[in-house]
Amino acid sequence: MATDLKTATEDDIGVGEYQYGFHDSTDKYVFTARKGLDRDIVAQISEMKDEPAWMREFRLSSLETFWKKPLPLWGGELRNLDFQDIHYYVKASLGQERNWDDVPDEIRKTYDRLGIPEAERKYLAGVKAQYESEVVYGSLHEDLAKQGVIFTDTDSAMRDHPDLFREYFGTVIPPADNKFAALNSAVWSGGSFIYVPKGVKIEFPLQAYFRINSENMGQFERTLIIVDEGASVHYVEGCTAPTYSSESLHSAVVEIIVKRGARCRYTTIQNWSSNVYNLVTKRAMAYGDSLMEWVDGNLGSRLTMKYPAIYLMEPGARGETLSIAFAGKGQHQDAGAKMVHCAPNTYSRIISKSISKSGGRASYRGLVKVANGATGCKSNVVCDALLLDSDSRSDTYPYMEIDEDNVVIEHEASVSKISDEQLFYLMSRGMTEAEASSMIVTGFIEPLVKELPMEYAVEMNRLIELQMEGSIG
Amino acid sequence: MSSLLKVENLYVSIDDKMILKGVDLEVRQGEIHALMGPNGSGKSTLAYALMGHPKYEIVDGEISIDGVSLNELEPDSRARMGLFLAFQYPVTVPGVKVADFLRHAVTNVRNPNRKEGEGLIPMREFRAELKSRMEELGIEAEFARRYLNDGFSGGEKKRMEILQLAMLRPKFAILDETDSGLDSDAVRFVSEAISRLAGPDMAIIIITHHERLLEFNRPQLTHVMLAGRVVERGEAALAHELHDQGYAGVRLRHPDAAAEEQEAAAALAGKQPVLAK
Repeated sequence: MATDLKTATEDDIGVGEYQYGFHDSTDKYVFTARKGLDRDIVAQISEMKDEPAWMREFRLSSLETFWKKPLPLWGGELRNLDFQDIHYYVKASLGQERNWDDVPDEIRKTYDRLGIPEAERKYLAGVKAQYESEVVYGSLHEDLAKQGVIFTDTDSAMRDHPDLFREYFGTVIPPADNKFAALNSAVWSGGSFIYVPKGVKIEFPLQAYFRINSENMGQFERTLIIVDEGASVHYVEGCTAPTYSSESLHSAVVEIIVKRGARCRYTTIQNWSSNVYNLVTKRAMAYGDSLMEWVDGNLGSRLTMKYPAIYLMEPGARGETLSIAFAGKGQHQDAGAKMVHCAPNTYSRIISKSISKSGGRASYRGLVKVANGATGCKSNVVCDALLLDSDSRSDTYPYMEIDEDNVVIEHEASVSKISDEQLFYLMSRGMTEAEASSMIVTGFIEPLVKELPMEYAVEMNRLIELQMEGSIG
Repeated sequence: MSSLLKVENLYVSIDDKMILKGVDLEVRQGEIHALMGPNGSGKSTLAYALMGHPKYEIVDGEISIDGVSLNELEPDSRARMGLFLAFQYPVTVPGVKVADFLRHAVTNVRNPNRKEGEGLIPMREFRAELKSRMEELGIEAEFARRYLNDGFSGGEKKRMEILQLAMLRPKFAILDETDSGLDSDAVRFVSEAISRLAGPDMAIIIITHHERLLEFNRPQLTHVMLAGRVVERGEAALAHELHDQGYAGVRLRHPDAAAEEQEAAAALAGKQPVLAK
């Protein structure tokens, strides 16, 4: 994917290795809401989008919920986040294009630098590119469209598929779920909407790429995926932002419904700059004999709090979460997974690997819940942490709520350091210390990376290597 | 011109405890040497010190190749200068495939000036070479896809070391008890492999307690260590004597070193059991 990118502002806050920290001019933007959050801003967003009354009401009542909910007292440090110092809606171009040539030059160049059009030509079935608050480009292979697959931005879905949209929107994650879900429900914009009809199996991934460009920007995309009976889809999202000295906020809500016998894999390769607060709520409902998989790669950001959840609703449903977190200097990755067994004979697996270096902090926070009566369930949780130096930190917070006796629940956790003997062994074969460390880290996450399609595995390894460069000494 | 590995008056300590006390050794490319001696005499310490383990501090003396001192060099630089250590206890590196590891290693050793991040040797070329080396050594192809030493049996780990030796083709290879803990078939494998790899471009220093490895690979010179120094040197007959009679004769001929050995063993006795033969 993207290579040889120059870093425009990397020295500004001394992060060093982040290579997507460049930003474009905002002079030609169509609209930028003033900073701050209140009823007027929310109403203005709704008006600009020309939304139906019910959505406007949904937003305004979500805002009330947001004000009422306290900040979480667990997880990361949120007190420096100033909700009034953020632009909640920024529109960079007039509309969504189907051809990259029609996307405004500066924006298109950004995606070129990120390698998106190239990846699209090579191995994607469809692409959405979101820039600031709105999707600026979208494509979908024709034969998929003919089979009834819908892949569009969420705003368009509300307009073009109102019944389907309203049937599912907000049903998996209601606004009152948590403070940030409420915030997203109030100010959401963009995101992907996917519907895969019964029995349609999409071979190549659909990809969305989320880019923040402005300073003090809040990005609040809203993604809704419905995989109908026996269908399958692999959705991939990537995220980057420029490096600024002030904070940006990314707070998405992702709702997924996986119907009987269907499969959904949702892969995130997130690489935010280290001034971004990334506070995301992701949840899937998996019905009978279906399979839901989250593959979650968390690099970058100041603070990430993200625990993709799977509710196993009917017998035979399976849920799997593979999570990689890399916490570098000044970063806190508070990530994990939730598995909720609501029905008998449902299965879940969580594999989490975290790496901390240069004073970074990685926390695994996970929940396995088995409801009363959900007999014959199995759950397996493995979390491994690798510390690269003594300044860094790793924590594990595994929560179990098991209200049924006839179940099998396994949990393993390990914390390790790169051993001197491993380094010596590799160095005695000609590897420099940095190369040896990088190889050990790559090996540590290999069991997860090998689950990714080849292109993303290469990208993930490359990102990890970039994080490792110059970090040992 | 063949290269020369030279160890002069080498003193090495671990955690401030002096282990090597003035070792001298000269090995020329193409030669085979045996390094013998009872447990605790300093054979493995010499091997690790040669390779540059950070815990092994050179207090005095010098290690050099063709007059270039290795004392201050990191292990990777030493590897790039043509030194190789086959480990007695190779470590496990989970998640790193044997082939990927070897491709990096071979690239670095063959292009000593390679900077980090620069290209690796071409995949096709590397694969072909790896395949033929593995075939020659009778190693199954599946080996290349396994994670480095992860779940390997003792014998497989030693084969892995020999495969690395075959791929890296160093000027000076130190084999640290590569025959220990192996059954006789595995010892034969190692022994035959070494004799196939040995040649004018490679010197081999065999650290061993047994004679088996030396049967196929007749050393020009056998060095016997006791209490941190080389006390005797001789031809193959010396190795044969040690094999038949143990180190009693050596201790008798070197009473001072034998006394030091006793002292060191007594000092350790409170901490851990000592197996001095």
